Amino acid sequence: MYVAVKGGEAAIANAHRLLDDRRRGDRSVPVLTLDQITQQLALAVDRVMAEGSLYDPELAAMAVKQARGDLIEAIFLLRAYRTTLPRFAASKPIDTGAMKIERRISATYKDLPGGQLLGPTFDYTHRLIEPDMADDRPVPEPERRSCDRHESAPRVTDILGADAMIEPDGEGTPEREPADLTRSPRTFPADRDARLQALARGDEGFLLALGYSTQRGYGRTHPFVGEIRIGEVEVEIELPELGFPVAIGRVKVTECQMISQFKGSKSEPPQFTRGYGLVFGQSERKAMSMSLVDRALRAEEFDEERVSPAQDEEFVLAHSDNVQATGFVEHLKLPHYVDFQAELELLRRMRSEQQYEDAHKEAAQ
Amino acid sequence: MNATLPAYNFAYLDEQTKRMIRRAILKAVAIPGYQVPFASREMPMPYGWGTGGVQVTASVIGPDDILKVIDQGSDDTTNAVSIRAFFARVANVAVTTKTVEATVIQTRHRIPETPLSEGQILVYQVPIPEPLRFLEPRETETRIMHALEEYGLMHVKLYEDIAQNGHIATTYAYPVKVEGRYVMDPSPIPKFDNPKMDDCPALQLFGAGREQRIYAIPPHTRIESLDFEDHPFRVQEFDRPCGLCGATDVYLDEIVTDDRGGRLFACSDTDYCEERRERAA
Repeated sequence: MYVAVKGGEAAIANAHRLLDDRRRGDRSVPVLTLDQITQQLALAVDRVMAEGSLYDPELAAMAVKQARGDLIEAIFLLRAYRTTLPRFAASKPIDTGAMKIERRISATYKDLPGGQLLGPTFDYTHRLIEPDMADDRPVPEPERRSCDRHESAPRVTDILGADAMIEPDGEGTPEREPADLTRSPRTFPADRDARLQALARGDEGFLLALGYSTQRGYGRTHPFVGEIRIGEVEVEIELPELGFPVAIGRVKVTECQMISQFKGSKSEPPQFTRGYGLVFGQSERKAMSMSLVDRALRAEEFDEERVSPAQDEEFVLAHSDNVQATGFVEHLKLPHYVDFQAELELLRRMRSEQQYEDAHKEAAQ
Repeated sequence: MNATLPAYNFAYLDEQTKRMIRRAILKAVAIPGYQVPFASREMPMPYGWGTGGVQVTASVIGPDDILKVIDQGSDDTTNAVSIRAFFARVANVAVTTKTVEATVIQTRHRIPETPLSEGQILVYQVPIPEPLRFLEPRETETRIMHALEEYGLMHVKLYEDIAQNGHIATTYAYPVKVEGRYVMDPSPIPKFDNPKMDDCPALQLFGAGREQRIYAIPPHTRIESLDFEDHPFRVQEFDRPCGLCGATDVYLDEIVTDDRGGRLFACSDTDYCEERRERAA
């Protein structure tokens, strides 16, 4: 009986001691180092940073280790730490056009300025488990190209934008700070900045399923991958004392610009529209899903009928956060016996009343 | 690799955040039963496990306060133990299990049997603050319904219960009307506890962390459980006293004692039960 007896404190302490033991596992096996996690489980670290909304590979690696590889638990750890940090500035919008690109592909143009760069991708690998993974075989150095020639790789949407074939990017609202869901309560209808923040923090699996649903007819948007690019960008903040922006560091991001059809309206000519995805680290799956859902959520802007889950802002934003979702689902394992007792009492009363009525009916017959 | 080790403020939350939450609480007290949106923080315990209550407690508690935490009426349930340990650690406050000694009581699913007194604060953990949520899932709609005092849907639901089952089939989180204006979710307390909210001398605060809402019942506020003239509100009745202390008119837990149908009915409020047994001894 885990609640009705005294001694809960000792039980909890012992449970946590056992958890520590299981996390460490067999002591004869060398302990994982943070370097090993950031280097060899980099995509797990990236996901934790993205959905934890905190760019810090070392902390994320610690969280992955502490969570025994449970990434949602690791995301939770990072979030709970992030929430205590002071916020001293909002950065200037990052310039993904100036990204130091590691991978960049477009599905809409065969070739384009800056070229198609495959980069480190699982695409086209044959998913056969490599026997080499069982041990430590030397891995050859990759091909390198010299970095001196600075070839620009303009964003595909900028190329399309030059012909006015796609809706403009929008100016944003530089006069006000961007929305921050972690500092102000969620409201509906949400502005697009708040929506994009929620999606960027949102659960990869949830967004993947929603994005997938739009492809299967639940809020179809006829998408093309205009471009996916992965690489490092500078983060700049404006210091009032200086009057010019200062770079404070670099982050790796994945950006996806999804291009969708739009028939046009009374005020707008027929043109392509955008769905946008941006994620910390390397995660095309998340960035692509995000851009599909972003576009689906813009239904109202384009007078599209909102009929599908992915187009429903309240549904998507209220359920995309996996730390919230896992907390509430898992809270069901907390004791509920007071409420259960109340239901039990009602059921018993209703059944005894029914038996009483049945007995009367029989007696009358 | 040396990440800076974090240091935490009194009661975990930073002072700015506490101020923001206190403003929400003040607004909630000024408009009894109205759900005030607040910028709920991510807490080091999971959503749905009392983050709203913890944030409210963290914002009202001071170094001289004495804290009691209960879950299902008991001080010894795992989550109550965990939350009490959290505040003992981050706020270093005195903790107690005695209702009369506590200045702040955080609760999940129960109101103590011992009547509360002036100066005490009862903080409820709330999972779903919106009483209309299961009738209308959209926040945009329910806010309008509250604004227009449009509660017909709720009465229809209660009426349908009676028509189908002969009873109002809501046994916990039973909706109340606050000072004749807002319909409010009392959190999932059994309806047995609803009458204790009425004209209560203590301040009652409700925190919903995941749903980002705070609401309040100031002392001595009129709280009515929704009902009909011909189907008046009634609380649960137990046909036996507590098997441990003999108390009647209290809410009982049903404890399974063997696999042959054996049951023990005992006070859900463990402090109340112990006090009675101590006095009897």
